[in-house]
Order: sequence, then structure tokens, then C-alpha cells
Amino acid sequence: MGYENVTQSLTKVIEMKNITKKFGDFVANDSVNLDVFKGKVHALLGENGAGKSTLMNILYGLYSPTSGEILINGKKVDITNPNIAIEHGIGMVHQHFMLIKPFTVAQNIILGREPISKLSVLNMKKALKDVKEISERYGLYVDPNAKIEDISVGMQQRVEILKALYRGAEILILDEPTAVLTPQEIIELIQIIKNLTKEGKSIILISHKLKEIIDAADFCLIIRRGKHIDTVVVSETDEEGLASKMVGREVSFVVAKDHKEAGEEIFSIKDLIVKDNRDIIAVNKLNLSIKKGEILGLAGIDGNGQTELLEAITGLRKVESGKIMINGEDITNNTPFQVISKKISHIPEDRQKRGLVLEFDISENTILENYYKEPFAKKGILQYNNIQVYAKELIDKFDVRPREESKMARTLSGGNQQKVIIAREVSNNPDLLIAAQPTRGLDVGAIEFVHKSLIEQRNKNKAVFLISFELDEIMNVSDRIAVIYEGKIVGIVDAKDAEIETLGLMMAGGGNK
Amino acid sequence: MKLKLKELRKTLYIFATEKTIGFTLISIFLGLVVGAIFLAAAGFNPFQAYWVMLLGVFSKPSYISYTIIRATPLILTGLSIAFAFKTGLFNIGAEGQFIIGSVAATAAGYFLHLPLLIHIPVVIISAVLAAGIWGGIAGYFKAKFGVHEVISTIMLNWIALYFQNFLIYTKGFQKPGGETSYSIQPTANMMILKTWKQSEAGREWLLQHPFWKDLLRTPMNWGFVIAILMAILVWFILNKTALGYRLRAVGFNKFAAEYGGINVNKNMIISMFIAGALAGLAGALQVVGVSHKVTLIAAMEGYGFDGIAVALIANSNALGCILAGLLFGALKYGGTKIQMFPVKAPSEVINIVIGSIVFFISIPKLIKVILTRKNKKEGTK
Ligand SMILES: Nc1ncnc2c1ncn2[C@@H]1O[C@H](COP(=O)(O)OP(=O)(O)OP(=O)(O)O)[C@@H](O)[C@H]1O
Ligand SMILES: [Mg+2]
Repeated sequence: MGYENVTQSLTKVIEMKNITKKFGDFVANDSVNLDVFKGKVHALLGENGAGKSTLMNILYGLYSPTSGEILINGKKVDITNPNIAIEHGIGMVHQHFMLIKPFTVAQNIILGREPISKLSVLNMKKALKDVKEISERYGLYVDPNAKIEDISVGMQQRVEILKALYRGAEILILDEPTAVLTPQEIIELIQIIKNLTKEGKSIILISHKLKEIIDAADFCLIIRRGKHIDTVVVSETDEEGLASKMVGREVSFVVAKDHKEAGEEIFSIKDLIVKDNRDIIAVNKLNLSIKKGEILGLAGIDGNGQTELLEAITGLRKVESGKIMINGEDITNNTPFQVISKKISHIPEDRQKRGLVLEFDISENTILENYYKEPFAKKGILQYNNIQVYAKELIDKFDVRPREESKMARTLSGGNQQKVIIAREVSNNPDLLIAAQPTRGLDVGAIEFVHKSLIEQRNKNKAVFLISFELDEIMNVSDRIAVIYEGKIVGIVDAKDAEIETLGLMMAGGGNK
Repeated sequence: MKLKLKELRKTLYIFATEKTIGFTLISIFLGLVVGAIFLAAAGFNPFQAYWVMLLGVFSKPSYISYTIIRATPLILTGLSIAFAFKTGLFNIGAEGQFIIGSVAATAAGYFLHLPLLIHIPVVIISAVLAAGIWGGIAGYFKAKFGVHEVISTIMLNWIALYFQNFLIYTKGFQKPGGETSYSIQPTANMMILKTWKQSEAGREWLLQHPFWKDLLRTPMNWGFVIAILMAILVWFILNKTALGYRLRAVGFNKFAAEYGGINVNKNMIISMFIAGALAGLAGALQVVGVSHKVTLIAAMEGYGFDGIAVALIANSNALGCILAGLLFGALKYGGTKIQMFPVKAPSEVINIVIGSIVFFISIPKLIKVILTRKNKKEGTK
């Protein structure tokens, strides 16, 4: 039917016209157009660094456009700061949350719009009632009295959405909301989005997961390197169609992988016990081993000890008891420095907390573990020329955009931040590469590349330990799959024979072995 | 060569976009305006007062020399705080480290008898080590017990102050009959041409050369040169060495630093040691170059606290500390001039002028600092 025909009868709530945004010489948005309709979900699709977050930050008043105009309900508006956006009924849930951790859910939601009784006293009763009312209306269940630091990421996201709704949002921007969610939480979020649109709210959804766009969105704007490519009606296309429009070429979703006989065991964990932050046992007598030339995937639902396990291996968390060995050497309770020197590399789960120094530029970030070694430093003096050459090499090889080694990590798009980390860790050429959620926030093209890199590593007879909430990823890339449940490995299967149902059952605690 | 140019372009870009210099100049101007309003309100002619201040700083070689002498310790305490700040620590303890540095310098200068060219370095090194350890204690407490450096350094300041007073009343150190210590040995004195100035020939020569006579009237010494060298050294360490990389990484994001194999605790101690050493050097230079002894002190003298302002004005840039220290030195020294005839303003007014300059510079900066801290915590994009 075509986009024009389908949208004819709909009410336009937002029109962004010819939006251009430059950072210095760099054009992040190049006359992009976006229309949002009442009660509809409009998806934004584009490679890492295409300019999606930038466009939304402009709509939310965080950046001002270099040129172009914005109309809300047909009227031209000048959104110079987020308060104006909020006044116009725009709410935004950022890629990285902005909640106050020691506050409760309700306190966070009402922040800045606190209901006040006589004598300017905070009326907490009314606040709680209001919060409860909205959360029931849209099926966004949360415990209003729980502290943010105690609830899961998925719950925190609900709090962000509630916060926007509490402030009267009619148009909700969700920037990669599913990147941090587990598959179950994603299903729930899509249901919430449906509830919201039913009530007449409009949603702008950024996602790299094509399946979600197909499931949840009505229209999809495709941006490539800042340029407006097309706006499509989602029901008239499919995943392949979206992907090729976005990247400009065919993308293969399953990476080709030859059979490879695994070598001898290189890494092993025996009866490992690790406690979490609350001093509760999180990893409970866990046993695991990885061979040379194999990719071991770890499947499991978030919160079953994965984080603690990784931190224990990499020296970031204390091991209570048990043994971790690599290449025949005991590395239990080694420092991170010692672990790194035993040729273990680690793509961390939390890229902004652990993976990058955001105030460093790309080149400085590429040498985080090697800054003191030749050729990056000689006699304690940094050799910037060599560092830059090295950074350029990595940027080229891993397609970090833009190709500027002196760009501060903070100003990179989320996906490109991730690429810098992957480039650094893979280039360390480790004997064991630990990859935790390595493709989180990456576009399909980049995912394909990362998977290839992992497989290449394995083909070089190195060991890879892949941790992911994405079962598809685990099943496509791994050679063997271990399932973790309540801090224990409840089963190990060959990836060739793995079935999604059995894995799902084991992840929920119904394992057999 | 091409890379160097690129680096330069990057620095210039940051300079221009962050508008640091412009911003600082505007703040200084606003501070002067507010000071003028206060002066006028108190019944003084602000133009006259500022003119007197200006003359009081620049009109004679000796005035310029005094200004530089005033500025020297401030540059160093400023550096101490700026250095700590760049590595993620807030060193309120420069005050106490300064005291420890001056006490150690006096002790080494008085008790040791060494040849001329060796004595001064020995004095300075002992002071730097002592103050470095003093600063390192705060770093150690933070690393080992998680005690915030602001709290521990404030306490260490008071301990240092009473320690100095205690020593001054200690036999063997106290100069009999006075509330001061003995003076350091002449071999530890760093004043320029000290003996020659007082010699027969020197006095005669100076009589015929009024410019030099006026200049050498002051306790001119090598301290300022050392302070400038230190600023360059600090800049070099932070930006060009592996140690600086490590310290900055810890300062910006200690979780990432830890993940990258950097020993966060150890580097916090190193950082506080260096910060303490810099403030201690300020104290040592004050002793070998100007005061030659330590005196009973009733309250904090403020070298460390003024250093906080200097670091703020300099935006924690090591080379900026030189200029900020000079500005501060000029205000302090020029300020004393308007207390005298013909303006006769009370010294409080000068402090208001200084205070408002610092206020205008630091308030937006503090906000900036708080914002970036917050960003770091919440992790915005
Ligand atoms: N403050 C800034 N200064 C300079 N460049 C910036 C800034 N913010 C964004 N950019 C650049 O603009 C481009 C677009 O970034 P943006 O964050 O919009 O990408 P994105 O489409 O959201 O990507 P991702 O999917 O990886 O999140 C990137 O190349 C980024 O480096
Ligand atoms: Mg983005």
C-alpha cells in the first residue's frame, strides 16, 4: 500500500523536518525527516553511529539542531531544553538510565513533580496513589517502596517509563530499551508498548533487533551514516528487507562456521563458590572446563551468578573457595593484573562502568591493559605516535566510526563504544577470551563481524567463553553450551544437538544432569 | 610532525570550545566589579584603590619581586591540589603538608651541617619526603580503610599545626626567648646573592645601581624557578608518562582502571604522596628562600586553602597554576597596598575582592565538576 497511503488518515503529533546536526565538521544527522503518529509506534533503525540517539536528543532538547525544524501537533516549537520537551508531552528513556539509586521507586518517579499538600509538605500518600494508578493502567507493575539499587534492570526501565508517564508524556522515546533486557523482559516490554499505544500514546523505538521492530513497530525510519534513507511500513517488509536497507548490502544472520575438533583442556573451574554484594552465595560449587579451539557458550537467565562468576575469574571479586586454572596454573584470587598477564582477556558486561574510561580518547582506551609496555611506552614515557598508529589499525579493522582516534570515548555512539572494547580485547590475542554480552547494542552488521571475530579466535586454536542472554547468539556461535542456574552448571550440551526448548527448560531450573 | 600538529589542533579545539581562558578572564573581571561595588559601598574610590593596587604590584622592581615571592608557594600548593584532582582525589591537606614540609626543612636546615651546594638539596628532599609521607597517609587510609581523603586530610592539617607548635616549644629547636625555631644554617639559605648583598663591595655597587638595589632588597630566591619547573614536570608526568596514564585512569574511572589491571589503591597512595610532596616543597622553599625558620602559628596560614582557589582558577591545569598563582600573589600583595595611605581600606575589603573573583570562577566550575561527577556515576551518553 505504501507509506503515504497508510499514514494519510492518521494524526501527526510530531514532525521533524530536514534536521541537520553537526559536531564540528562531523555531520551526525543530515536533513533527516521523521513523522510520528498518534497511537503508533515508529521505529528508528540504523547502524551504530548512524545518528539515532542524536536525533532523539534533539527532539528531547538535549542538543539543538544545526538546522531544520520541529512541529508538535502542527505548531512549530523550539525545544531548547528537556523541560520544554516535557511540557510538550515528550518523555525519554535513555540508553543508560538516569535514576537516583538510594531513592525508592516512588521517590524517583515523582522527582521534580512532587505532589504537595498544605504548608508545602510532600504528600507521599498521594504520590504513592498516583504511581499505583498509572502503573496499573498500563500494566507496568513495580514495587513503589523498593529502592532502585535493589531492583533489576528491567524494573528500573519500568521506573523510567513511569517517570515519563507521570510527567504527562504523550510521546515516549525509548532508546534501545531492549539492549539490557532478558528475553522474558523483552516480551513484557512489547506488551507494555501495546498497552500504551492502545491508550493513544505514541512511541519512538530505537532498536537493533529487527525482530522486535517487526513485532512492535508500525513504521520504521532508516538512517545510514546520518542520512535519511527511507521510511517503511513495517507490515510490508521483513527482517531481511530492513537489514539490507540499513546496511546497504545483504547481511547474513548466521555466521558460517566449519566443524573444528577441539584440543586439550586449557581452562577449568572446580567447585567454585563466590558471594554477591549482599554476601549471599551466588556461584555455588560450579564446575566448568573449556578446551583449546572451542567456544563455550553460557546460557542462563540474568541473576543466576553469571556476573559473579566472571568477576571471580577476572580477579575483580573474591573467591570463597574452589579453584580456577589456566594453562595448568592456579589463578584463584589473582589480581586483575595477574589474570591479564596469564593471557585472559575480557569483554565486560558493563561497558561504561568497566570497559572504558569515557574521558580518554579512543587511542588511550585501546591501550588500557598495555599502556606500560613497548611499543606504547618506553622507559615509562608514553609513545603517542605508536599508540596512534595502533589505534588507527584497530579502528580500521573493527570499523569504529568515526575513524578518529583522538575522539573522546564519551562522544562515541553506544555501539561504537562497544566496538572499541572488542577491538582492544580481541587484539590482545588471548589464550582465553571471555565475552560477556559482546553484541549488546550492536547493529546487525557489527554483530556479524563480532561473531566472525570470535570464531576466528577459535579457529586459531584459542578458547572462547561466551556469555549471553540471547539464546540465538549462544546457539549460533558456540560449540558447546553450558546452562547456569542458581550458581551451578545444570547441563552441558553440544550446540549441534541443542534445542531451544530443552535449553529454556534447563535455564528455568528443570535441568537433568 | 603531522601527528604533533594534530595534537596541537586538538588542544586548541578544546581551548576554544570549552572557552576556559575566556571564561576565566570574565570571572576575574566580574570579581573585580563586585569588589569595586564593595569598595564604593564602604566609602572608598574603587578606581583609586585598583590603581594603587596596580602600581603596588608593578611600579617597582622590588614590588614585582615581592609579588613573585608571594606567588611561589601558591603555585606549588595549587599544583598539589590540581594534581590530586586530576587523579580523582580532593586534597584539602595541602595546608598540613605545607607545614610538615617547612618543619622538616627547618630541622634539616638547622641540625645538619653540610657543604653549601649539598645542603639545600638535602633540606628540600627531606621536606618533600616528609610531606609526601604525610600526604601518603591520607592515601593509605583511603585505600586501606575507605576513609574519605577530605576528612583525613583535614584532621592531618590540625595534627601538623599542633606538631609544629609543639616543636617550637621543644628545647634544642626553639630559639631561646622567642616563639620561633632556630634559623637554618647559612649553607641552607637559597636567597640570591645573600652574602654579596651585605658585603662591602656589594653594597657599594648597589648604591650605584638603584634598579638592582631595589630588586635585591627583597628576599629574592630560586623558588619561583623551581615552582615553574615543577609545573612543567607535573604536566609532563600527567600527560606523557605511563604513571600519569595510570593515575588519570584511576581518577576518571577507577572501575575501568581496576578492570584494566591497574592497582587502584596503590595509585591512590602514590597520588597523595606526590600531592603532599608538592605542598611540602612549597613549605620548604618558603623556609630556605624567605623565612629561614618556623614560627608559632595560632591558626592555619592558608597556603593550602589558597591553593584550592589557585587550582580552581587554573582549571586543574598544571601550567595554568603558574598564572593563577601569580594572579593570586598579585592580589594578595597588591591588596596590602590599599591598606596604606592614600586609600586606607581595611584588609577585609581586599579579601572580599579576592573572594568574589574566586566565587565567580569557582561557582560555575563547581557546578561543572558536580555535573561531570554525576554524569560519571549515572553514566550518561
Ligand atoms: N557530543 C558529541 N560530540 C561529538 N560527536 C558526537 C557527539 N554525540 C554524538 N556524536 C557522534 O555522532 C554520531 C552519531 O551518534 P549517535 O549516538 O546518534 O549514534 P546512534 O545511531 O545512536 O548509534 P548506536 O546505535 O551505536 O547507539 C557518532 O559518530 C558519534 O560519535
Ligand atoms: Mg544510540
